Amino acid sequence: MIQIKSLIKRFGDFVAVDGLQLEVKPGDIVGFLGPNGAGKSTTMKMITGFLPPSSGEILIDGESLAKAPINIKKKIGYLPEGAPAYADMTVLQFLHFIAQVRGFKGKEKNQRIKDVVEKVELQQVLNRPIENLSKGFKRRVGLAQAIIHDPLILILDEPTDGLDPNQKHQVRKLIQNLSKDKIVIISTHILEEVTAVCNRAVIIANGKKVFDGTPKELQQSSQFHNAVTIEFEGDKPDISQLKLAPGVTEIIERDSHTVSVIGHESYESLFPQIMDLVHLQGWHIKAMYNEVGQLDDVFRSLTKEEAA
Amino acid sequence: MVGVIFKREFSSFFATPVAYVFIFMFLMLSGVFTFFFGNFYERGQADLQPFFNFLPWLYLFLVPAIAMKSWAEERKSGSIELLMTLPVTTGQAVMGKFLASWLVLGLALLLTFPLWITVNYLGQPDNGTILAAYLGGWLLAGAFLAVGHCMSALSKNQIIAFILTVVVCFAFVLSGTSIVLNALKGFVPTLVLDMVASFSFMLHFEAISKGVLSLTDIIYFILSMFAWLAACLLIVEYKKAD
Repeated sequence: MIQIKSLIKRFGDFVAVDGLQLEVKPGDIVGFLGPNGAGKSTTMKMITGFLPPSSGEILIDGESLAKAPINIKKKIGYLPEGAPAYADMTVLQFLHFIAQVRGFKGKEKNQRIKDVVEKVELQQVLNRPIENLSKGFKRRVGLAQAIIHDPLILILDEPTDGLDPNQKHQVRKLIQNLSKDKIVIISTHILEEVTAVCNRAVIIANGKKVFDGTPKELQQSSQFHNAVTIEFEGDKPDISQLKLAPGVTEIIERDSHTVSVIGHESYESLFPQIMDLVHLQGWHIKAMYNEVGQLDDVFRSLTKEEAA
Repeated sequence: MVGVIFKREFSSFFATPVAYVFIFMFLMLSGVFTFFFGNFYERGQADLQPFFNFLPWLYLFLVPAIAMKSWAEERKSGSIELLMTLPVTTGQAVMGKFLASWLVLGLALLLTFPLWITVNYLGQPDNGTILAAYLGGWLLAGAFLAVGHCMSALSKNQIIAFILTVVVCFAFVLSGTSIVLNALKGFVPTLVLDMVASFSFMLHFEAISKGVLSLTDIIYFILSMFAWLAACLLIVEYKKAD
């Protein structure tokens, strides 16, 4: 378990992390979100023991990071932003080095390396110097070194940044396949990633926590959650009838031929009755669908409020 | 853990051309200095003084070149974040890196053995003195190197680290020479003058290289290595995230 208590980090006058409180339990896969410069990376650097906090405390399994840094670092696997590594080493040499630092020897070391190479599919680049690898492979090497000791806590700073869609999918699958009693913290800009792999979303802005809940709750806080969106063919007709339908509380015009119909919370779905209405009125529509919620909007409103 | 870091650093010298270029240049220049400028043959004496007289000046430029990337490169590439979040203490990292480059310097020094064979072929040198001088040379290299690692921790830029190291080492070499001591004479009390002189790498090295292997000189070099490495550790801790 990670407990973060009133964590503050200042760089000169600038407050990067401002009184952050957070508790992460085994089994949590936390999507750590926030605009650039919100303090995500700084927080991760403090949890991994790279940066000392200006004030506040980080406890891992009840043990203070400031007091037992080496012991705690053994439990953590960390992929720093940009996946830095020793560029002049080959992938295999690098993994051997990491395995040795992690305290593995002989057969176990070789087995660990073999497993991790298979997991992130590095077979074809094993003997190539890291500096010659593509961005995707570099990121995978970074992931490999982070999971080689099967850590209880895995901290990944933008693990899918710069990867192509296939590689992104692969990394997400890898994270999902980690055993269920682990703590995973992933920072990302990609909101879909949070719904795809995380069971908890934490949003910070200007160093403060502005949201902490499940990805579903995040979607639900969107004004478009459960809305029915209609795309008309050509310009939209007179839609005053829509407002009169039962359960409808608001109509939002998205653009010249798209509207979203927002229903009252007590209505599970407006879809069937709006469908009927569309038929009745004889409107020509291109598409009509239920929205789960616009994460972008939620993200923007949450992080802007804080900035304002 | 020091061993693991040491092994990585040491093999990294040989994974890139750095170690080979360094050893080649060192051997070539030491040959040139000994035979051309040192008048090895003309002196008609069976010793390696011509070589050891030039050694500090050779080291003044070559050791900073080996030391400059040690920490600057880690910070520039960001790999320091990886290193410092592994279960390794900063002290272990500082030590491992230092020992690896010190061994490269030792290796280069050992490879000057043809000089030793030559002098033994030509005459009957005092091999005890030569052995002492080699040890002194290695200690001197270590002191230069510790300064270099400290300066490398100070700057992300390897060129700046190189220049700072040369300047600091130069000051430590010069502090025992008559130029500096004469210039200071009269301005400062004798106590300070003695102190300045006692800090000189040169005086301590000259004593050893003449075969006087006194404990004071050995301790002087070991202490200066520790002092500079301690400073290096503090700087790494303080500046690692910059």
